Amino acid sequence: MATKNTQTPVGAPTKGRKALVYLSRYWQLYAMLAIPMVYFLIFKYLPMEYIVLAWKKYTFNTKLWDMEWVGWKHFIKAFNLNAADWGQESVIESLKAILRGDFWLAVRNTIMLNLLDLFIGFPVPIIFALVLNELKLKRFKKVVQTVAYMPHFLSWVIIYSLSLQIFATSDGFINQLIGWGVQLFTGNKFDGIRFLSDPKLWVCVYILVGIWQSFGWNSIIYLAAITGISPELYEAASVDGANRLQKMIHITLPGIRPTIVVLLIMAIGNIVGSGFDRPFAMRNNDVMDVANVISTFVYTRGILNSQFELSTAVGLFQSVIGVIFLLGSNWFSKKMGDRGIF
Amino acid sequence: MSSSAISTQNNGRRKEKIRRLNRLYFADYVMIGLGLVVIMLCITPLLNLAAKSLSSADALVAGKVFLIPKGLNLSAYKMVFGNSKYVHSLWYTALLTLAGTILSLTMTTLCAFPLIFDKLKGRWIFNIIITITMFFNAGTIPNYLLMVNLKLLDTVWVLLVPFCLSVFNMIIMRSFFYGIPISLRESAELDGASFFKILWHVYLPLSKPVIATLALFYAVGRWNGYSDALMYVKKESLFPIQLYLYNIISGMSSMEVAIQDGYSTPGLSGTMKAAVVMFSTIPILLIYPWLQRYFIQGVTVGAVKE
Repeated sequence: MATKNTQTPVGAPTKGRKALVYLSRYWQLYAMLAIPMVYFLIFKYLPMEYIVLAWKKYTFNTKLWDMEWVGWKHFIKAFNLNAADWGQESVIESLKAILRGDFWLAVRNTIMLNLLDLFIGFPVPIIFALVLNELKLKRFKKVVQTVAYMPHFLSWVIIYSLSLQIFATSDGFINQLIGWGVQLFTGNKFDGIRFLSDPKLWVCVYILVGIWQSFGWNSIIYLAAITGISPELYEAASVDGANRLQKMIHITLPGIRPTIVVLLIMAIGNIVGSGFDRPFAMRNNDVMDVANVISTFVYTRGILNSQFELSTAVGLFQSVIGVIFLLGSNWFSKKMGDRGIF
Repeated sequence: MSSSAISTQNNGRRKEKIRRLNRLYFADYVMIGLGLVVIMLCITPLLNLAAKSLSSADALVAGKVFLIPKGLNLSAYKMVFGNSKYVHSLWYTALLTLAGTILSLTMTTLCAFPLIFDKLKGRWIFNIIITITMFFNAGTIPNYLLMVNLKLLDTVWVLLVPFCLSVFNMIIMRSFFYGIPISLRESAELDGASFFKILWHVYLPLSKPVIATLALFYAVGRWNGYSDALMYVKKESLFPIQLYLYNIISGMSSMEVAIQDGYSTPGLSGTMKAAVVMFSTIPILLIYPWLQRYFIQGVTVGAVKE
C-alpha cells in the first residue's frame, strides 16, 4: 500500500500525459494556424533578411551573406551627405546642399501631401456624417450614402483616368465648361487651365481627388459612432429647448470626439507612410518635382534602375521612422486617456 | 365605445406627433440640397466618362460632350470588344479575382478561428508574430528580391499568394467570431465535435455577413490592384486589367501633351479609352451596393477594439 502511494494513481494525469491529452484535442487548431503562420514566415519575415543589403554590395548570383559589406555607404549616398562641404561652407549652406538631393525631395513631398490630406481631407467625412445624420428622408439618405461610397471602390488607375477626363487642358470637362462660358460672354478663345501639368494645381487636384475617393468611406465610422450616442441626450436637450445646430455642436460632436481623436492620431502616425497606387497613378512627367514620394522613389530607383542597396536603405529608413511614428502616436493616444489603437 | 374613442384620440395624437417629426423645415431642405450636391459630385465624372464612351469621335474632338452623349454610337464598345487582348485581360482578371478571393478567405478563416480560443496554448506567440507584421514591413526591394529568389516572378502565383492574407481583415473576422456566443461552441465541444466541424458547421454558417464583407474587400483589392503586377510581372499576358488600363491611359496622357502643342487629335481613341475604362468599372459598380449593409458592419467591427 505504502509503495503504491508514492506512485501517481493510475489514470491521474502526469505532465506528459496532460500534454498528450491536450494535443489530441487541440492539434486541429494548430494545424489550421500552421498554414497562415507559414505564410507569415515566408512572405513577411523571410524578406527581412534582405534588409542587410542596405550595408552590402549587391552581386548577382551570390548568396546574400557572401556579398561584400560596405558599411553606411548607401545611406550616405541616399541621404546625399556627400554634397555638403562642412569645412568650407556654413552649416546652413551645407544643409541646403544636402537637402537638394532627390531623396529629401521625396521625403518633403511625402510629408507635404500627407499633411495636406490631413488638414483638408480629415474634416470632410466628419462634416458629411453630420449632414447625413440630419437627413430625415430615409430613402434619400440611403441613396446619398451608396453613391458616396462608390469612389472608394474605383481603382486609382480609373480615378486617374476620370481626373484626366475632368481636368485635362484641352478636352477636360471643367476647361470645356469654362471655355464654353468664356466664348459665350466674351467671344474669346479660352486656352484652358493646366490643372495637371502645373505643379501647384496638380497638388490641388491630387488632394481633391483623394478626398473625393475617401470621404464617403471614412464617414462610415463616424456614422456608426453617432448611432451609438444615447437618444436620451437629444430628448433632454429638446426639452431644454436646444435647436438642431446646438444639438449637433453640444451632443453629436462631443459624442464622436473619441472616434475623431483615435482616427486623427492614426492619421498622424501614418504621416511618413505613403501608399504606392495613388501617387504612382496620378503623377505625370510635368509634376515629378512634387509628385515623387518615397514609395515611388524606391520603385524607380530600385526596381526600374536596379539600385537595390540604395532603395533598401531608403525603404528601411521609411519603415523605421514609420514604426516610431505609429508607436509614438499610439502611446500619445493612451496618454491622452483615450484607448490606444493597438 | 369609449375605449375606441380613446384609441382614436391617441391615434390622432400619435399621427400629429409623427407629422411634426416628418415636417421638413428650412434646415432639412439645406441638408437635402447638400445631399444632392454630394450625389452630383460623385457621379458626374462617371456620367461624363459614359457620355464620352458613347459619343462620336468628332463630337469628342470638338469638345461638345458634357453629360449627354453626342452623335450616339456604340462603335467604341464594338472596337473594344473586338480587341482580343482587352477581352482576355477582362476574363483573366475575373478568374484571378475569384481564385484570389477564395484563397484569401480560406487563409483569413484559418488564421482567425484558432485565435479565438482562450485555451489555445502559445496563442500569444502567434499574436506577436502577426502584430509585428502590421507595424514593420521589410520594404519594396526585399520583397522583390524574395520573389526573385522564390522564382515567382512572371508567374500567376505572384499575383495571388504574396498579399493573400491581410491582418486587418483577419482582425475583422476574429472580432466577428468573438461575437458568436461561446455556449454554441462549448455545447458542440461537449457533443464531441472536432474543431474542424465546429468551424464548418457552427461558425461559418453564422458568419455570412463577415464573409460577404471580406469577400468584397479582397475581390475589390485584387480587381483594382496593379502595383504588384507592375513590379513582379513583365509578361503582358499576365497583366491584370488595371495594369493594362494604366498602360493604355498613360499612353493617352502623353498624347494629351501633344494636343496641347497642336499636333494630333486622337478622337476615336479617346472614345475607346473611355469605353475601356467604363467597362472595367461596371462589375464593381454592380456588386457593391448589394453588400452595403454588410461592409458597413465590417468596417465598424474592424474599428472597434475588442
